Amino acid sequence: MFSFILTRLLSSIVVLFGVSSLVFFLIHIIPGDPVEVMLGESAQLADKEALRVYLGLNEPIHTQWLKYINGVIHLDLGTSIHYHRSISEIIIERLPATIKLTVWALLVAILIAFPLGILAAVNKDTMVDRGAMFVSLLGVSIPNFVMGPLLIMLFAVNLPWFPVSGSESTFSIVLPALTLGTALAAILSRMIRASLLEVIGEDYIRTAKAKGLTPFNVIIQHAIPNALLPVITLLGLQLGALLAGAVITEMIFSWPGIGQLTIESIQRRDYPLVQACVLLISVTYVGVNTLTDIIYAFIDPRIRLSENVKVISE
Amino acid sequence: MSKIINFWIPLAILVIWLFMAIIGPILPLDPNKVRLQMILQTPSFEEIFGYDDLGRSLFDRIVVGSRTSLTVAFAVVCISVTMGSLIGSVSGFVGGKLDQIIVLIIDIFLAFPGILLAISLAGIMGPGIDNVIIALSIVGWVGFARLARVQVLSLKQREHVQAALALGTSYVRIFTRHLLPLISAPLIIEASFGIASVIIAEAGLSFLGLGVQPPAASWGSIIRDGAHYLLVAPHMVIVPGLSLACVVVAVNLLGDHLRDRLDVKN
Repeated sequence: MFSFILTRLLSSIVVLFGVSSLVFFLIHIIPGDPVEVMLGESAQLADKEALRVYLGLNEPIHTQWLKYINGVIHLDLGTSIHYHRSISEIIIERLPATIKLTVWALLVAILIAFPLGILAAVNKDTMVDRGAMFVSLLGVSIPNFVMGPLLIMLFAVNLPWFPVSGSESTFSIVLPALTLGTALAAILSRMIRASLLEVIGEDYIRTAKAKGLTPFNVIIQHAIPNALLPVITLLGLQLGALLAGAVITEMIFSWPGIGQLTIESIQRRDYPLVQACVLLISVTYVGVNTLTDIIYAFIDPRIRLSENVKVISE
Repeated sequence: MSKIINFWIPLAILVIWLFMAIIGPILPLDPNKVRLQMILQTPSFEEIFGYDDLGRSLFDRIVVGSRTSLTVAFAVVCISVTMGSLIGSVSGFVGGKLDQIIVLIIDIFLAFPGILLAISLAGIMGPGIDNVIIALSIVGWVGFARLARVQVLSLKQREHVQAALALGTSYVRIFTRHLLPLISAPLIIEASFGIASVIIAEAGLSFLGLGVQPPAASWGSIIRDGAHYLLVAPHMVIVPGLSLACVVVAVNLLGDHLRDRLDVKN
């Protein structure tokens, strides 16, 4: 068990190192001169040069990379060009809003997906099943920049129940969480259905039925706990999508989190801050996946008993 | 009945989309013509989709926008499939150190939420349709590479490949004649779902202002403009939003259909 966790942690450190380097190199290698974009094409040569020196872009790329990696290790992400403040500070200010949004969205997703998935699995191949799966297909296909405005229209304008945007009121969270949560609910309910269907054919389910348990109890006590494993993995994997989705959702609802910060920084050409935001979201993503694998091993003894098991990332 | 819903209707939607995108430029459309007296007019019999905030015909803009989404979806999926399956197959076939390095690169790319990486790349490269295509392709190849690698890994042990190797057949020929036909089915299916996600991603980038630049139209940029007029002209969001959702649902349903037909496990 210990060696499993250790291997898993070590491999995620390698991936994290790769992730931070990739963020750095992609931003530096792709076409386009950040200095030119920041100052405009008509800027004076001397101004461009000054900014280049200020940003450290005049140094050779490997020196810049070493400095950057060194900073990341010491949790020093540099200084924002726009705010003239330490990036770590800015991120710490913005983080709670995003965490709050993600947690509520996750809750929304679970509350929608479980009933929908269970209903579909129990009524397999009936109209209920098809209806539930079509709803879930709609959820996958309607992006959150369409869902968000639609929800605003319905529940903030036509029925003035919730605030249109911002984060001042207690109920401000409702519409962003719904927007972000429904997309995940769609994927999750399909997974719950598939994984329940696999379990429902097992012998112990037949035994439970034969004992005279009600269909409800059979599902709740015997089927769900066994169907939960793949669902947990998917939840872990989808957290990344949730964080990325939060970028657009936060924009729509002016929710003051990391997502909004990312887009604002892109629009302001504040590259150090963009770099830091992308890094933060990716690190969270890798961290959650590693954690999911380890939790998985605790829940399912088959995984921790087979040493050197290669955990497939999807 | 279910075949009508799952196959014929989606096919019809897809054909309309393709038709709009391909025939669009030769139709007498005027997507950028400003009609000041028509600003924010809601849909009517004369103009089925209504007008936008500058009095431009929303119908014309939707038709022109379909070309944007088709171009991007087609380009990104083609580049991603070619790059991905090539890198993945070589990695799986050659094995050893090269394979380890490529797997590590794939793992690192998978550690990013794809759309986020695309947003930042497009943001840094600056707005424009070609940059959107580059950004989405940089993100898109990974899934295909992983799929192709896994397929080739199991295929290279097969007798017919071993026999070809023993006969001294060139690698290029082994790839094109003995591997590609067998790995193409799952790749085609992955590609069909890829089209759906690229359509959404392109609209998302345009929604954020990173895609096509005004006055050019994309469904995402129309939604972006419309979001400002949600209270007075909701049709500016509903029409492009529904168009987008219809095409994506249709592509997904056809993808499911294709998967069942080609009999590939999910």
